Amino acid sequence: MGAIREIFRRGDPAIWLSGTGLGASILMIAGMIVLILGNGLGFFWPGQVARFTLEDGRVLMGEIVAREGIPAPGTDAHLVRSRLQIKLGNRDLSGADFTWIDEDAVARTEYPDSAVYVERREYGPFIGLPESLSDGDRTIASGADAVLAALPALVEKAAADRETIRRLEQYDIGGVNYRIEQARLRGRKLDLEASRTPGTDVAGARAAIEKELAALKAQYALFEGRLAQTVEEASRIRLTLRAADGEAKDLSTLDVFRAYPANRLSTSGRAAVYASRLWEFLSGDPRESNTEGGVFPAIFGTVLMVLIMSVVAVPFGVLAALYLREYARQGVLVRVVRIAVNNLAGVPSIVFGVFGLGFFVYFVGGTIDRLFYPELLPTPTFGTGGILWASLTLGLLTVPVVIVASEEALAAVPRSMREASLATGATKFQTILRVVLPAAAPGILTGLILAMARGAGEVAPLMITGVVKLAPDLPLDGFFPFLHLDRKFMHLGFHIYDVGFQSPNVEAAKPMVYATAVLLLVIVVLLNLTAIVVRNRLRKKYQTSAFS
Amino acid sequence: MAATEAMPDTGLRIRTSGVTFAVPSVAASGEDAIVIKDASLWYGQNQALYDIRMDIPDRQVTAFIGPSGCGKSTLLRCFNRMNDLIDNVRVTGQILVRGLDINAPSTDVIDVRRRVGMVFQKSNPLPKSIYENVVYGLRIAGIKDKATLDAACERSLRGAALWDEVKDRLHSSGLSLSGGQQQRLCIARAVAIEPEIILMDEPCSALDPIATLKIEELIFELKSQYTIVIVTHNLQQAARVSDRTAFFWLGKLIEYSPTADLFTNPKQKHTEDYITGRFG
Repeated sequence: MGAIREIFRRGDPAIWLSGTGLGASILMIAGMIVLILGNGLGFFWPGQVARFTLEDGRVLMGEIVAREGIPAPGTDAHLVRSRLQIKLGNRDLSGADFTWIDEDAVARTEYPDSAVYVERREYGPFIGLPESLSDGDRTIASGADAVLAALPALVEKAAADRETIRRLEQYDIGGVNYRIEQARLRGRKLDLEASRTPGTDVAGARAAIEKELAALKAQYALFEGRLAQTVEEASRIRLTLRAADGEAKDLSTLDVFRAYPANRLSTSGRAAVYASRLWEFLSGDPRESNTEGGVFPAIFGTVLMVLIMSVVAVPFGVLAALYLREYARQGVLVRVVRIAVNNLAGVPSIVFGVFGLGFFVYFVGGTIDRLFYPELLPTPTFGTGGILWASLTLGLLTVPVVIVASEEALAAVPRSMREASLATGATKFQTILRVVLPAAAPGILTGLILAMARGAGEVAPLMITGVVKLAPDLPLDGFFPFLHLDRKFMHLGFHIYDVGFQSPNVEAAKPMVYATAVLLLVIVVLLNLTAIVVRNRLRKKYQTSAFS
Repeated sequence: MAATEAMPDTGLRIRTSGVTFAVPSVAASGEDAIVIKDASLWYGQNQALYDIRMDIPDRQVTAFIGPSGCGKSTLLRCFNRMNDLIDNVRVTGQILVRGLDINAPSTDVIDVRRRVGMVFQKSNPLPKSIYENVVYGLRIAGIKDKATLDAACERSLRGAALWDEVKDRLHSSGLSLSGGQQQRLCIARAVAIEPEIILMDEPCSALDPIATLKIEELIFELKSQYTIVIVTHNLQQAARVSDRTAFFWLGKLIEYSPTADLFTNPKQKHTEDYITGRFG
């Protein structure tokens, strides 16, 4: 009895308890990271393609994705036998690109040497055996080896052709479109003015615009002709493949993004495919309702949104904290305000989203549209969700975090430093600007880090203030005013939700969810690391004591 | 009331509140730098200073001594209105710095602080380079000319007897200096804006004897140009550096006379008890 009491008196259980708490937390976080990293990063590794001949005579070909015991709860057969999940591809032929087969039903498994795995524009991957390559009516190569030898160069050419087409569409045709739209809007503005002040003569200006429009339309037709020609030329080369069940499939190389002989690759060849897929994931546009291709627009949208949010939230937060800590008379009112700010940090984010929708989008945006873009109405410009409104909403959400952190940083600046400045004849404002703020900067940056981490991971308020599943354009491009804050944008957090829960093809989307989650984690860590490095530099520069 | 009960009764009774001390001139130095007329000060409801009347002569060192909490630092901080930083401080009576009533509503506190520099108990260099520390007050005042700043920096550092030690590393951090050097840097910073009066609030309390000696020598040199008021707990220091000494007790000025007289021939029993170490 005495010994146990002695143990409690010394506090050993406290050590065990706190140690267990810490250990459990680390274990949970590590487990989550390992799970996400393993699933997310393994996704890009090209596996082997196997051909299964089943007992009933069916032939299937594909990558093995998973193997698990067959559950039969309550019987002796529970988890005794196994089944395989196969990624078949060929959705256009068979309708489903994943299937389960019982291992017992497999009569023969082989790894056909010439099997190719083709990633293409539509219908997911195609897995089959190469048959022939043709350019129009002329056959370029026939037989597996000849086709595999000729294919890499043609896939590269296809990539170059796609780039040419993209440039034509985006810069040439896009430019003409932009100018046509501008001219049309000028015409509409003219009409609006004419109807507001009857009697003004707009016929001359009207005619000039019509003339310009006609010229632009001619140019448009020219570009469109060139585009059609390029597409036609590029799609003449066709690849014929044979699926596992013997059905032949003929596709244009223009639609082929990547093709590799899955069973012939060496480890370094696999690594090259891995790197190329990873790069496509980071830098490419999404395909197939976001389940394939890249997430670059989402990365861009996330980072840009966090930056705009920081630019908004930090100045406001710091100013508010300055007033609360430096100028306001410490009393009941300030205490109430402080409590309110702290509570604001805990308000559910969707509430901020609803507020953002009502206030920013409908009220502020609607007013801007009425005042500055009357010629575009009823199509809204700022009166609909966009990256600016989403960023402002997030700024509102994170400003309390910045205020609290900044206030603490300001309070931590030693009084002796303020006195040193004031005693040399500095005003309070000069003291704040030259001594207090620099010394508090590391703490304020800590607030920014917390705000960014919170902002980057928030999805709910964005869904109603401007995030979309697929944005046709980035918010930044080559047309005036370059940064289009009114545009809708893509966001990694929403991407995860969309791909994971709104996708029709769940199996195909699952790895994409993990990969995107990894990416979101990496981006948050990178943003934080940047801020931490800056903070440490500042801390070194403005350390308040030689011993700290 | 509670305070008096908590104090051990020394058997002494003070009746000197409101007594005016004549100011016997030690050195012929013309007008007084600071004139204090019936100054009282309250922190909220607590009165910290009671009807202080004294004149501080120009270009001399005046030392304030007394036990902790006797109000000597509070009075010192009245001279450049540092007490403004504390909420609920109320000052009555007049404090004239060269004839300027520093508490008058029309007086610019910035102007007062430019004329009355201050060195604090704990050295408080700003987290900037040595150079920037020294010229801080000048930059604040809007001086941008590099040559002027350079000249002021050298002059002030020489004035603070620090130039030879730091002239090769003016752009390293002020925090890289030793404690004594940091305190001299703070003196240089105070000197740089060319004040008329320098207040020193126990400037040596955190320093070792060697560094203390240096500061004391410096005070002796600065005396020729500046009026210095120094608060100290170290009676020997007061005796060594000051021309006049004021003894405070419980917010009241007990005795104020030339240092030699005060230490050798105290007129008040209380002063004698304090300087002979019988209390305090």
